[in-house]
Amino acid sequence: MTETAGTGRAFVFGDDIDTDLLAPGHLMKLSAEDLAQHCLEAIAPDFAKSVQPGDFVVAGKNFGLGSSREQAAISLRLLGVGAVIAPSFARIFYRNALNLGLPALFCEEAYRIAEGDQLMVDPVLGKITNKTRGETLSCKPIPDHLMAMVRAGGLIAHLKSRRGT
Amino acid sequence: MSEASRPQLVSSGQTLAQKLLARASGKPRVEPGEIILVQVDLAMAHDSSGPRRWKPHLDSLGATLWDPSRVVIVSDHYVPAVDGESAAILKLTRDFAKDHRVEHFFDMEGICHAILPQKGLLRPGIFVAGGDSHTPHAGAFGCYAAGFGATDMLGIVVTGQTWTIVPETIRVEMTGSLGSTVSAKDVMLVLCRELGMDNAFKAIEYGGPGVESMPMDERMVLSNMAAELGGEVGLIAADKVTLSHIRAHGGCATEADLAWKPDPDAAYERIISINLSDLEPQIALPHSPANSFPINHALGSPIHQAYIGACVGAKLQDLHMAAQILKGQRIAKDVRLLVAPASSQVTADAAADGTLSTLLAAGATLLPSGCGACAGMGAGLLAAGEVCISTTNRNFKGRMGHAEAFVYLASPYTVAASALTGCVSDPRKFFSELAVAQ
Repeated sequence: MTETAGTGRAFVFGDDIDTDLLAPGHLMKLSAEDLAQHCLEAIAPDFAKSVQPGDFVVAGKNFGLGSSREQAAISLRLLGVGAVIAPSFARIFYRNALNLGLPALFCEEAYRIAEGDQLMVDPVLGKITNKTRGETLSCKPIPDHLMAMVRAGGLIAHLKSRRGT
Repeated sequence: MSEASRPQLVSSGQTLAQKLLARASGKPRVEPGEIILVQVDLAMAHDSSGPRRWKPHLDSLGATLWDPSRVVIVSDHYVPAVDGESAAILKLTRDFAKDHRVEHFFDMEGICHAILPQKGLLRPGIFVAGGDSHTPHAGAFGCYAAGFGATDMLGIVVTGQTWTIVPETIRVEMTGSLGSTVSAKDVMLVLCRELGMDNAFKAIEYGGPGVESMPMDERMVLSNMAAELGGEVGLIAADKVTLSHIRAHGGCATEADLAWKPDPDAAYERIISINLSDLEPQIALPHSPANSFPINHALGSPIHQAYIGACVGAKLQDLHMAAQILKGQRIAKDVRLLVAPASSQVTADAAADGTLSTLLAAGATLLPSGCGACAGMGAGLLAAGEVCISTTNRNFKGRMGHAEAFVYLASPYTVAASALTGCVSDPRKFFSELAVAQ
């Protein structure tokens, strides 16, 4: 395992989790912190309250479809989600997630993970260890140089740290 | 609908996406899967995704716009201001446009995707980066137009560049012609069902005589809802119809722009064929555009609100479709029909040609031009338990207000017919009655 590995619980969702579920349009005027408290509430009312820093969101295909709104990824990151693990992602969400410091991991076998499973996830090695089930799944690795940006908190934070501002 | 997969032989032909991306990256040719750096010709953003998100970072990075003449800013999400927060967002956007000398700033004139062609800003061949997921709308003009999040857009407006992965292309070949109360919206609801919404990192290319027979307002529906298919772009090669639209709106286009078309032997991921003559009116049930069926599936379901709005569903042609059904009729008691034209120009044109008075006489309420209730931000939101039939492009849970509201998606014909009866209705019935009455 590399230094980017993290451990946490799995919160499991289905296919086609859209940006209106992640960041409801009618609440977009709220501050990012307040908006995050409503993340996924339409399908999981207790999610924002129960997710802990380092926990993982595991989902079905086409995660993040819909709007280009970055608040979808920002909300997950503000709630401390360590990574989103899914077989496929909507294109704009995927770019947004990495740009905002949220690892998004392509994993064909994400369906093997159940609610509450304890996971250890290493984005650089592309390895997901399910401690609850005693099995290891592979995901598409995120190259080290891209993870440096993700770890810094996203593209802008990365640029600022490199400029020393 | 039929599908044919071409053998993936070594081919010298290129898709339209390949040709446009080769130009944008300055390479003689690009292949699917290649990661390329592209030069952006036009960068567009709105009041929700643009200045409000860029300003703090531009200030702290000490950066500025790479070329203000290539940046378009449109205030369309929070218009008109209804409270302190929306007023502050709109003021920030105005001040930003002034401070950064953005001449292409359009404040409360309409929805960004309607504004770009209306102001003559599009030209076949160019790369358009938009801070909105429905940016593929501009693909109807032969532009490579893709949506990006605010951080990507910040990078684009500072450097004029971005990266992308050259996509495989799904070709949608259309034959035949649409029936009298069937529209491009019905085509897209079929495609959402057939192709699904999980086509990320792919290009959609529409063509064939069925597409060539459509006016620009209908072609824009195909390109716009490529976003619902998950596509990066929804491309249509320019033809004489495209060129005359661009010229009529003060834009620049020449016969040479017709060269932006796919090669006959281009290699596609797959080719889907659809005969428009066979098409029936369609409806998408809650909570996904892919949850669509022929209209018979939902006939008689009660509605509370009918909404004609959004970039995809409130162009002049969409208002004409609604007016054809509503002419001389009155909407059902206890139903509200809301009309939010895609731009103030559409409102003016509809007023000039009599469409607006037809709609108002039928009982429609006219709303400001903007993203409105479609984005869950403007007038026309729904309460728990309410049902809306809408010309918009998305019906995700909670999109138009309450998470326990229900949104059906349909064409302007079907939305208008349903407003008359108070329940989901087949527009073909009304059209034939009109024909008999005449």
